[in-house]
Amino acid sequence: MAIKLIPTPGQTVGPFFALGLDRPEWADMTRDNPQGERIVIEGQVRDGDGAPVPDAVIELWQANAAGRYNSPADDQTDKPIDPNFIGFGRAATDGQGRFTVATIKPGPVPGRGNALQAPHINVAFFARGLLKQLFTRIYFSDSAENAADPLLSGIDDNSVRDTLIARRGEGGVYRFDFVLQGKDETAFLDL
Amino acid sequence: MAEPPAYARHREGTQPPYLYPDYASTVKRSPTRPLIRLEHTLSEITGPSFSSGWAGAEATDLTKQHKGEPLGERIIVTGRILDEDSRPIPNTLVELWQCNAAGRYHHPVDQHDAPLDPNFTGAGQAVTNADGRYRFVTIKPGAYPWRNAPNAWRPAHLHFGVYGGGFVTRLITQMYFPGDPLLQYDPIYQSTADEAARLRLIADYDPNLSEPEWALGYSFDMVLRGREATPFEAKAHGH
Repeated sequence: MAIKLIPTPGQTVGPFFALGLDRPEWADMTRDNPQGERIVIEGQVRDGDGAPVPDAVIELWQANAAGRYNSPADDQTDKPIDPNFIGFGRAATDGQGRFTVATIKPGPVPGRGNALQAPHINVAFFARGLLKQLFTRIYFSDSAENAADPLLSGIDDNSVRDTLIARRGEGGVYRFDFVLQGKDETAFLDL
Repeated sequence: MAEPPAYARHREGTQPPYLYPDYASTVKRSPTRPLIRLEHTLSEITGPSFSSGWAGAEATDLTKQHKGEPLGERIIVTGRILDEDSRPIPNTLVELWQCNAAGRYHHPVDQHDAPLDPNFTGAGQAVTNADGRYRFVTIKPGAYPWRNAPNAWRPAHLHFGVYGGGFVTRLITQMYFPGDPLLQYDPIYQSTADEAARLRLIADYDPNLSEPEWALGYSFDMVLRGREATPFEAKAHGH
């Protein structure tokens, strides 16, 4: 058996990532007019002192409205690909640690075994002071599927589980904060 | 339904930790709760594809983005994006950003007392070819001070972002130069405990890549997570 190579270690994005990563148009995942319910997710990133984090960048990856990823690794041929939805977005925080993303509500996607996963957006989170990305997911407060979602239902502490759920407000705007440390610390995933 | 083929987990010590107090900014930004382990599903093994060109045109020569030539030592940086099993990863996006030869970023937050270069922005992008290869022409970035500790200096480095085939293969890292005396003092470089993993971050000088009377050549491969070996594959290898 061939020897496995060691993967390259992550290194922080540092404070100047906007030079290479800032693409404001990628924060609008609806720019090609995809099918599905238009939503906005906004929130703030805070550190262990509760201070806003002005140098974080969030990457989002999600299925289309039918629950299919625009990726060759998704073999759900019974669901349509939406050619107008890449499913990938990126948003950097502003001086107050705030971010806004426009997208569509993803459909549910299969989990392991016969489970169905509730609609969610996969998040890779980078910042100055993080040597590698943090992973988490954004679920939606108005999804009936949440109750049977394998990840959500496996978290016993309601206050921890709730950190993964974006709260629906007026006009299709959801609120989701990233708290890196402390009482309301976001549940981060080991993937 | 068959389970999707998962990506392999990192081996202990081969990635930096979240909390690494020598890098002071990790202290208030690293999670304190244990991470929740999740077995991979379609959500983790799928990822964006860049072959359609939606990410924009390639920008691989950072010395030709302005009217004049930037100051500094011209370099060629090329390499392959591979997985752990040495398989090349084609059609994946490679993003690059860096400071100029004087150690100053073209960014409003950077107030280091070193000149900006009107002929250098310091950002580029490439999509890997069928062999998983990328190639940039740029200038060697300078070292610069930072406020992590008194008289702390970052070794010269390029920032690279790479995707690979899945959401979990995403990598943002930094490339360093061989023989840099600052590496032994740099907590960001030193944060990875495993020495063989750490050495992945240092490019090789390659005289075969250098171009006479013009530019120095460096080789830098980036290795992304590969597939977990399935029982079927293990059996096949055994024969």
